[in-house]
Amino acid sequence: MKGWRDIPMGGVIPDAGNAVQYNTGSWRAFRPVWKPENCIQCLFCWIYCPDGAVNVKDGKREDFDYLHCKGCGICANECPGKKGQKAIVMVEEGK
Amino acid sequence: MGKKLALTGNQAVATAMKQINPDVCAAYPITPQTEIMQRFATFVADGEVDTELITVESEHSAMSACIGAAAGGGRVMTATSSQGLALMWEMLYIASGMRLPIVMPVVNRALSAPINIHGDHSDSMGARDSGWIQLYSENAQEAYDNVIQAVKIGEHPDVRLPVMVCMDGFIISHSIESMELLPDDVVKEFVGEYRATYPLLDVDHPVTYGPLVLPDYYMEFKRQQHEAMLHVKDVVLEVAKEFERISGRSYGLFESYRLDDAEIAVVILNSAAGTMKDVVDSYRDRGIKVGLLKPRLFRPFPYREVAEALGNAKVVGVLDRADSFGGFGPTYMEVASAFTTNGARPLMLNWIYGLGGRDFMPEHAEQAIQQMVKVLETGEVEVQKDYLGVRE
Ligand code: SF4
Ligand code: SF4
Repeated sequence: MKGWRDIPMGGVIPDAGNAVQYNTGSWRAFRPVWKPENCIQCLFCWIYCPDGAVNVKDGKREDFDYLHCKGCGICANECPGKKGQKAIVMVEEGK
Repeated sequence: MGKKLALTGNQAVATAMKQINPDVCAAYPITPQTEIMQRFATFVADGEVDTELITVESEHSAMSACIGAAAGGGRVMTATSSQGLALMWEMLYIASGMRLPIVMPVVNRALSAPINIHGDHSDSMGARDSGWIQLYSENAQEAYDNVIQAVKIGEHPDVRLPVMVCMDGFIISHSIESMELLPDDVVKEFVGEYRATYPLLDVDHPVTYGPLVLPDYYMEFKRQQHEAMLHVKDVVLEVAKEFERISGRSYGLFESYRLDDAEIAVVILNSAAGTMKDVVDSYRDRGIKVGLLKPRLFRPFPYREVAEALGNAKVVGVLDRADSFGGFGPTYMEVASAFTTNGARPLMLNWIYGLGGRDFMPEHAEQAIQQMVKVLETGEVEVQKDYLGVRE
């Protein structure tokens, strides 16, 4: 770890895009589980996720990035799903 | 050379701010500071400065606005007093922790309760551990000169810390005295352009301010703040030298007055030092070797230099215009600590005076010196901490 002489002044983080280095997935108590059969590809989950933990490729939703998903449940809350059936459900970790 | 004018302390400080022409100022009124920001607002309205003036709903917001603007990369100022400074408390530590060189005149005023609008140093003394540099000013001239120098001190690349410039409420802020203003262009050139280290508004180099730092790194950031403070003394002296070249007025870390051969030394801050100097003169006329030390830089406190300057005194009396109930006054504590750097052991006394704007009269100064003369003769201190001018 760096000493006080080698860290930026005032707690500033001088480089952008380094949240990827911090595996916040270990904070998770509940895990979002994607059910592709109910997914309408609206990408609300991708927009609302505060951690960029919803992988999207070529405009299509893919599975979660569990290394960074904190399990806040915002995506599950926002997900409209199909015919009242959510495409994201929260499952307690370890269950 | 500049113009001689008759101005109040507040007018002098507002004029310094006009000449500095900061990028952003936050304004919220509080007696006795109100006149500074009110006058400055007039300069903004009249187009005499380019400053973005932000009127806010409290001092907490005033300091928050300053922090945002300074993180953005601007040169930023505000002013406050008393309860206003107290309300800023939380944000003071954030300004210094983020290393934002905001400059803030503090017009010293007592703290409630009971409510009181007059001058004492309870407000800024309470903030002495907030990580801000503190400069104290005896009169309007010193307040004006200190505000201009504060910009260069705080912004120095080795420092990058916020600065409070303190002067006594009403006694200085509202009294008219003759003083000298520097020409606008001279001040402009002196303060120069400010280049922030990590300006948030530099969108090509995005940075994060205020992240969470846990036990693994927090202490390293605090150690850095202390290091920055350790650079301040040299920078203060360097800036003072440059300032002397443009003004002819010389400043140090403190002022020594008839101190060289003094057996009795008085330490006192701000306006009361003026009264005390007169009384020191009258004792000198009677052949008593009294001198005075008036701290200018209180944070960081120049321990070694103060101890050296007081070196020959056998009795040292420290007068505080702020109290630490159940403890010694704040200036006394610093001066007592200073002697640990050279092992000197003078007899020490502490007086609390002038709280809530109570006048400090020559007879109070005489009472203190008289007591110190007695201690010098007997070698005994009966009451170490006492109050001047309080009714029994
Ligand atoms: S649970 Fe929260 S962090 Fe995880 S993917 Fe959903 S919105 Fe993102
Ligand atoms: S919010 Fe729900 S339906 Fe929309 S893309 Fe995400 S998982 Fe699919």
